[in-house]
Amino acid sequence: MGVELFSDIASKYNYLGVVILMMIGLYAMIAKNNLVKKIIGMNIFQTAIILFYVSTAAKRGATIPIIRHGHNGHGHEVIHAAEYINPLPHVLMLTAIVVSVATLGVALALAVKVYHQYGTLEEDEIRGQLRNK
Amino acid sequence: MIWELDFIILTLVIFSGIAAITVKDLLSAAILFGAYSFMMCLLWAIMGAVDVAFTEATVGAGVSTVFFVAAVFHTTRDSKD
Repeated sequence: MGVELFSDIASKYNYLGVVILMMIGLYAMIAKNNLVKKIIGMNIFQTAIILFYVSTAAKRGATIPIIRHGHNGHGHEVIHAAEYINPLPHVLMLTAIVVSVATLGVALALAVKVYHQYGTLEEDEIRGQLRNK
Repeated sequence: MIWELDFIILTLVIFSGIAAITVKDLLSAAILFGAYSFMMCLLWAIMGAVDVAFTEATVGAGVSTVFFVAAVFHTTRDSKD
């Protein structure tokens, strides 16, 4: 009973981790002054959302989504969906990872352009230079 | 899913995420972010998302770290926060 309750809570704590990571990312995007730190926060936020989707796909006592005896069987075995992890969120999040590296590239390119224009990466110094113009 | 392993790796992910945004040196932040991505990749391999883990290991831990290091070498290493 105690072990069962503990493992019940343990299977849910992933969502707590998602919220913590999301708040770390949001804090870094809002409160940090450096542009590269803001970009790191944005990436942490994105991975938190990906972790949420992958957590919804996990099942207890299930295996990875490759059909057993799929390549040499005769195709007559009954397939139970409860024995396999749901692969649909994995495929969606595969796209999200590729999009996240694209946004990272664009954001870092913009940060390099901002540095060449203003000579700094700190947000308050850039604001000060814009105000003095 | 082995939840003990999952719990340990999730704790490491959270701590390396906090370290990546609190460290003052931007090159250290880039390397800590690479460690964060690699821990995340391990987490997905534990949760059975093997394809996502492969993509994260190449794209998240590999290409993103290279981008960050390249950006830091084109700009500056110092950060006020």
